[in-house]
Amino acid sequence: MLLVVEQFLNGLQFGLLLFLLAAGLTLVFGIMDLVNLAHGSLYMMGAYFAATFAAWTGSFLLGALMALGATLVLGIVLEVTALRHLYGRDHLDHVLATFGLILFFNEAVRLIWGPAGLALPLPAWLTVPVPILPGIHYPAYRLAIIAVALLVALLLYLGVMRTRIGMLIRAGASNREMIGALGINIKLLYTLVFGLGAALAGLAGLMQAPILTVQIGMGENILILAFVIIVIGGIGSIRGAFLAAIFVGMIDTLGRAFLPNLLRQVLSGAAASTAAPALSSMLIYLLMAIVLVVRPEGLFPANRR
Amino acid sequence: MKSLSVSKAVTALMLAGLVLLPLYSHLSGNIFILTLFTRIIILALAAASLNLIMGFAGLMSFGHAAYLGIGGYAVGMLAQEGVGSGFIQFPVAVAASAIYALVIGALSLRTRGVYFIMITLAFAQMAYYVASGLARYGGDDGLTIYKRSDFSGLIDLGNRTQFYYLCLACLFGVMLLIWRIVNSRFGLVVQGLRSNEQRMQAIGFPAKRYQLVCFVISGTMCGLAGALLANNTDFVSPAVMYWTRSGDLMVMVILGGMGTLFGPVMGAVVFLLLEELLSQITEYWALILGPLLLLIVLFGRGGIMGALGRAGRG
Repeated sequence: MLLVVEQFLNGLQFGLLLFLLAAGLTLVFGIMDLVNLAHGSLYMMGAYFAATFAAWTGSFLLGALMALGATLVLGIVLEVTALRHLYGRDHLDHVLATFGLILFFNEAVRLIWGPAGLALPLPAWLTVPVPILPGIHYPAYRLAIIAVALLVALLLYLGVMRTRIGMLIRAGASNREMIGALGINIKLLYTLVFGLGAALAGLAGLMQAPILTVQIGMGENILILAFVIIVIGGIGSIRGAFLAAIFVGMIDTLGRAFLPNLLRQVLSGAAASTAAPALSSMLIYLLMAIVLVVRPEGLFPANRR
Repeated sequence: MKSLSVSKAVTALMLAGLVLLPLYSHLSGNIFILTLFTRIIILALAAASLNLIMGFAGLMSFGHAAYLGIGGYAVGMLAQEGVGSGFIQFPVAVAASAIYALVIGALSLRTRGVYFIMITLAFAQMAYYVASGLARYGGDDGLTIYKRSDFSGLIDLGNRTQFYYLCLACLFGVMLLIWRIVNSRFGLVVQGLRSNEQRMQAIGFPAKRYQLVCFVISGTMCGLAGALLANNTDFVSPAVMYWTRSGDLMVMVILGGMGTLFGPVMGAVVFLLLEELLSQITEYWALILGPLLLLIVLFGRGGIMGALGRAGRG
């Protein structure tokens, strides 16, 4: 029971974290039609910024806030200097150019922070276990991640569905040329959306940082997960990204936790212990393949044509 | 016509260079360059196979490195089990790649565009995790191949020069095959499908079947590259299938010029040489290579072949 609740919450927490990453990716993909492989690099930069600023200021929260601002600025600079010129190009051009950016960011981090990873220590008040059910404790920090991510998801939903800028964003997603023709400053809107996506990726990175170590290449694995999510959810759909992210987070976490035991009941011990890690890593890719084979446009396509 | 002659001249120069390279290596005593170029030629073969579906058929496979791994693991696993003959290893490597391509191609071709990119990536990642789970064959750490494929005295893969020429012969053979395919009726249909699938279908061509055959041919060729690569490094690990490897192959194709016959070969030579040279200048070579890729995309449309064409036109 304890294990089930704990793993369930872990899955939820991981899923919400993935949502932060996937939301930015799906916005940029859906609105600017840009395949941004460097989104994982922004996640990494968020973590590095947070570790650095937290060490400077001595405060975790202050460091996190500064890191959030820094990734926002970095995203805007990146959009204005490089990625803006890629809009309207072929997807392959995007892949190549942003692949180059991944190389650049990984190497820049190696140059500035060195090849060894960093640690982002948590303040004491976030490390205490919190009782959530009678007899069941859960780390406060993971609960905090769940709370922050849910809040951001809610703000994002309200922002996109209820504000004027959100309306423009949705309009941009369904017809780019038309809102440009209606006199909306589309360049500014794009820069804004990209900056927002970068900040969300940075937030995901800095929140994940205390759980894992901050290291080079940390963005690459999780980037692929984020892509899986937006493909399952349907490109450009924030709602789809949210549901798919929770789904993927759960499947991945629960699969890793319980699959070995399940397999052991079917297979012999040795065979199960070799097959389980591979199979649980494969689960989400399997899920994506199934979704794409059955529903080639994803589960919640944003703009049906 | 002049534009043709510039790119043709450069291509011919490059091919002549590849043929004469062992001679230079012997005369100068520079063994390293031969090893480096063996690797370049093998990856050029992989890039050329990717170009067949990416450039000519217009299908963006982001999981091509999986075939490198499958070909490599076929050689490594057979060697581990005591089957050292290349006459068995190579056909198995190629056949395994073909079967894998057939299965994932049949599933992936249900999707289009970005979704196709992502589903091929997903399958390659699955292959990566399967390889990581093969505890008997090294798992995550990879599998050392103690003895290269044995072609019973016909050709000695342990001999650097012989191995180099074997790889070069494979590359030329594959290029010839691709050239024949592209100019055949089959190739024209596949290229027609790239331009307008609906129209081709309306004329009466079964689109999926043509694309699937092309996908399988491409995967099979890349499996051959995988078998050669495993022999070159005497080692195979899940890392050869990681998605950044597929990215590398894509970069080579686009850098050289997608949809041109010799573009991918040139792309592989330039990309890997650049990587090598920059890593000699500075430890932080990717700091230069990364932005360089970005600049190539922004200002150099059509890759190296495109640039040569423009240079020719003046």
